[in-house]
Amino acid sequence: MRVQVNGEPRDVASGSTIVALLTELGLSGRPVAVERNLAIVPRAEHAATELAEGDTLEVVQFVGGG
Amino acid sequence: MEDVLKIGSHSFSSRLFVGTGKYKDFAETRAALEASGAEVVTVAVRRVDLSKPADQSLMTYLRERKFTLLPNTAGCYTAEDAIRTCRLAREAGMTEFVKLEVLGDPETLFPDVEQTLMAARVLVKEGFTVLPYTNDDPITCKKLEDIGCAAIMPLGAPIGSGLGIRNPYNIEIILRQSKVPVIVDAGVGTASDAAIAMELGCQGVLMNTAIAGAKNPIHMARAMKLAVEAGRLAFLAGRIPKKLYATASSPLEGVIGSERS
Repeated sequence: MRVQVNGEPRDVASGSTIVALLTELGLSGRPVAVERNLAIVPRAEHAATELAEGDTLEVVQFVGGG
Repeated sequence: MEDVLKIGSHSFSSRLFVGTGKYKDFAETRAALEASGAEVVTVAVRRVDLSKPADQSLMTYLRERKFTLLPNTAGCYTAEDAIRTCRLAREAGMTEFVKLEVLGDPETLFPDVEQTLMAARVLVKEGFTVLPYTNDDPITCKKLEDIGCAAIMPLGAPIGSGLGIRNPYNIEIILRQSKVPVIVDAGVGTASDAAIAMELGCQGVLMNTAIAGAKNPIHMARAMKLAVEAGRLAFLAGRIPKKLYATASSPLEGVIGSERS
């Protein structure tokens, strides 16, 4: 199924969880934050949250800035 | 009794807050942060670049050295985006400490006051410790304080402009009316600017470009550390008043007789 991650379309297996997506992206264990359809998904819920067709996700991290 | 800066539930010995952007590379960032003596550093919240693994050096270093991270909402032009960014920052950093920055236009980078106030109201309600970047308007600063922001951060001059404290009179009015810490954020160019802010009575100074953009950022970081300490001590020492006429420093009695008669 198709979702949007950081502004780019991406195909994921149906039933994928956020944990699965982060692993696929090479981000498991990294201090990132995930927003799904404008709502934060807390880390504790990543394993239990299944993605749906058309979901828009933001995956962010801290970088240097003023 | 130690002269400590208290913001919300946090306490800091260093009154110099520094940004982590615009350095040449990680090694320079690290050396400058060490030289500055800063305990609080700002970071930005950005999308992970999914096409390549990001270098984790900076964030690993900041966490290992136990800096207090102050995530900012740089790049946001609406209250909604700033609020979303703060929620993401809290989730990413497990911290409620945020620098609220809602810009009005890309050339001056002046804050959009209306959007800043809107965002501050929501964020304070959601339990964030909000440090808002604002203009040097005492009315706006009072509103931000009344909303419940933990500090006020008026700009000295536009971000990265190096113009220093353009309106020390407004800053002084803001200081007189504020019960929360006032931290000058933006526009500092060189050491004396930071010292002036502290001599006025500001509780801290936040800067990024002044250090990162200097020809020798490590030297400038150390200069800023000293300037903030010097300015603070001078403020606490209680300066002499400014006078129009002279008052001699040496005694008037016992001057030797003059040759002329």
